[in-house]
Amino acid sequence: MASPAFLEPDAGVLGARDEIIARLRELVPEGSVIADEDGRRAFETDALTAYKQMPLAAVLPTSTEQVSRILKYCQANGVKVIPRGAGTSLCGGALPLADSIVLGVSKMNRVLDINFENRTARVQTGITNMGISDAVSPRGFFYAPDPSSQLACTLAGNLAMNSGGAHCLKYGVTTNNVLGLQIVLMDGQIIDIGGEELDAPGYDLLGLIIGSEGQFGVVTEATVRILRAAEGARPMLMGFSSSAAAGDCVSAIIASGIIPVAIEFMDKPAIRVCEDFAKAGYPLDVEALLIVEVEGSEDEIEDLLARIQEIAKPFKPAGIRVSQSPEESAAIWLGRKSAFGAMGRISDYYCMDGVIPLGKLSEVLTGISEICERYKLKVANIFHAGDGNLHPLVLYEANDPSQAERAANCGAEILELCVKAGGCLTGEHGVGIEKRELMFTQFTRVDMEHQMRIKTMFDPDWLLNPAKVFPLELHPS
Amino acid sequence: MSELIRPNDEEELTAAVAEANSSRTPLEVIGAGSKRDIGRPLQTAACLTTEKLTGLTLYEPSELVLSARAGTPLIEIEETLAGNDQQLAFEPVDLGPMLGQDAGAATIGGVFAANLSGSRRIQIGAARDHLLGFRAVSGRGEIFKSGGRVMKNVTGYDLCRGLSGSWGTLAVMSEVTMKVLPRAQCTRTILLIGLTDEIAIDAMCAAIGSPFDVSGTVHLHGEFAAKLIDSGILRRPGPVTALRLENIESSLEYRCARLTESLEAFGKPVELDDGASRKFWSGMRTLNFLQGSSDPVWRISTAPKNGARLVAALARRLDCRVAYDWSGGLIWLLATPSADAGAAEVGRVVAEIGGYATLIRADASLRGSVNVFQQLSPGVMALTRKLKHSFDPAGILNPGRMYPGI
Repeated sequence: MASPAFLEPDAGVLGARDEIIARLRELVPEGSVIADEDGRRAFETDALTAYKQMPLAAVLPTSTEQVSRILKYCQANGVKVIPRGAGTSLCGGALPLADSIVLGVSKMNRVLDINFENRTARVQTGITNMGISDAVSPRGFFYAPDPSSQLACTLAGNLAMNSGGAHCLKYGVTTNNVLGLQIVLMDGQIIDIGGEELDAPGYDLLGLIIGSEGQFGVVTEATVRILRAAEGARPMLMGFSSSAAAGDCVSAIIASGIIPVAIEFMDKPAIRVCEDFAKAGYPLDVEALLIVEVEGSEDEIEDLLARIQEIAKPFKPAGIRVSQSPEESAAIWLGRKSAFGAMGRISDYYCMDGVIPLGKLSEVLTGISEICERYKLKVANIFHAGDGNLHPLVLYEANDPSQAERAANCGAEILELCVKAGGCLTGEHGVGIEKRELMFTQFTRVDMEHQMRIKTMFDPDWLLNPAKVFPLELHPS
Repeated sequence: MSELIRPNDEEELTAAVAEANSSRTPLEVIGAGSKRDIGRPLQTAACLTTEKLTGLTLYEPSELVLSARAGTPLIEIEETLAGNDQQLAFEPVDLGPMLGQDAGAATIGGVFAANLSGSRRIQIGAARDHLLGFRAVSGRGEIFKSGGRVMKNVTGYDLCRGLSGSWGTLAVMSEVTMKVLPRAQCTRTILLIGLTDEIAIDAMCAAIGSPFDVSGTVHLHGEFAAKLIDSGILRRPGPVTALRLENIESSLEYRCARLTESLEAFGKPVELDDGASRKFWSGMRTLNFLQGSSDPVWRISTAPKNGARLVAALARRLDCRVAYDWSGGLIWLLATPSADAGAAEVGRVVAEIGGYATLIRADASLRGSVNVFQQLSPGVMALTRKLKHSFDPAGILNPGRMYPGI
């Protein structure tokens, strides 16, 4: 894929690399600064592997105070900083710049406090998303946002991107599940915002920081809401002879007043790849598949699934299958959650993250097919159908530069189509470097200026994760 | 009387704010004005109201989304939703009646500007969690938007959260888009009678931490309980703890039974049926226990498990009556009138135990002399000033309503 335009690296900073590394080593424990070429290689990209850039160095602090010292030093010396969790960003959110260091929070991964009565957990942000749920699951609790990468991705990255997941239809995304955080600003100030209370005083700075793509500060601790899990949950598979029928069925379920905990959609190409990988028993002779999951007691689950099947009847579902065991449920979800990995086994792909109004599903899927045909590329569609979050995977051959460029342009057209349909460029992955130049399709210059002034107030010199989110032409430099 | 500016559309709204910005004319910004008596008193030459910006602009029940111009009465939106068996799940409290205004006067813009949520907040989130998008005019006199009409959206910074609860000090919203949800088919309430604050909070935390999807947990001191519950339900006066369950009827039978069983240690409960339940919770929504008085009211937010300790500490020096919501995490405190409405004591105790306090009801002179909104830490205050400046550099929108100079 064609590399994005970068800002001209600061020659002074590039030239001072040895000095910067030496000074960083004074600020953190031994072994926390990675400066050799092999070591740095691990930080040159994230899950958007098409883009690569070696940083000056990577530093992995073990405390908030160390983060503060690092940022203060970098601010004073004009060194750019790319915050990083586990590097699972699909939009290049953690892509380094040549004149930047990478600041990784992965060593700060402890659970600090759990209060089941207040239903809160205070954790360091290098903990994985799943690590939070693992810590509270013995008492029947869980942390709700569940991005597909939840085994690897950190809370820090989830906070930066305001991550969602398959189950956010019922439980909301990251911003709906965080009550407080500790953030280190670029000048080294450590600020606590919110806490265990459900409301914080003054402006909703917490809400502004979540989803700011690591551009406001480095969040080192957070207080998250933990929820008691329902008595049980069970997914059901329903196949359909067209994507339109599946989409109409989702609308009918929601209009009936039932909000399942998740409704996932896959089209035929996606079903085949996921089935080959997970052996989940997905039907292979249908054009579209819905995974509908409901929660409650045994009786409630049966009742809800029966009602949903009744609602689905006019849309002529084929191959309805209700999971019969926890193992079967796990396999059904494994197939869906490994979709990106499974697809990666057969082809390079470019994963889009547009959102559309559900009523436009059929029209948008037709549009996507037409766009992909025009670019002579194959596409598989995966969709958080309940909330309209569409993940078309555009398949291409990364070693063929012409295909890579076609994939990028094809993806951009797909996202423009989503915006035109009343949706947005990104539902849960973030803008990063990938969709930066598409922001004008959704926002006016005035819209973005209102956002960029907030960046400036947190980070006046634009040193934190710069050259992302906003079109380069608007960058203050 | 200050000049009243009533723009008819977004264009006129933009022009009015731009004019005020260039002439540096401070504006009081209101919807219907039902919460005008909350916050530090304003002294402005003009008042800008969104009351003429009305009407729904989008409603797609099967997509759970509704858009309306900011001045649309909340009551109109709720009626439309009810017609489709839907609702605003965060059930915004109606502060009007306890401030001596009519019930149901609030505009939808005012609901988000004040981030008003009701008892269901503990289960489903606050107003801010349901705001999907908006159009607004910032203090710069420029129209801008954020978010959109879809359920998930991380495109650009999250200004929907940023503007929620900013009390019209950053921008004047012209249109808001929100997530709506199905209305529960049936409601039941379990009442536990005579519990102390501390034990009541244990019961509420146990209930909300159960797998039965409890959607409201309140505990009322005796004199408040009497106002909320029709005579006949309770034979003797005393404190009442109420736990709400909502769902389809068949499922409620089961959940009620299981929840009651799990709370056995807290005594024998009384159950309210659908009609009585809805009446009870609608009384909570209008805070009817605070109506008919002009005594000062504080709203204190804290960690649920600190609620009882906080109230006990306050009761040592303040004569107060209390209702807890959000499992103990939200305290409505009716104080006896005094020179500072108890501000010094409330401030001291909240600082010691943790949480924050807002003076919701007090006369203007008091609101001008004590902290209406909780003081912020120096770091947060510095960010607050910068945020205000970035949206409203001339400081024309509701200047000083939240904090001096903001």
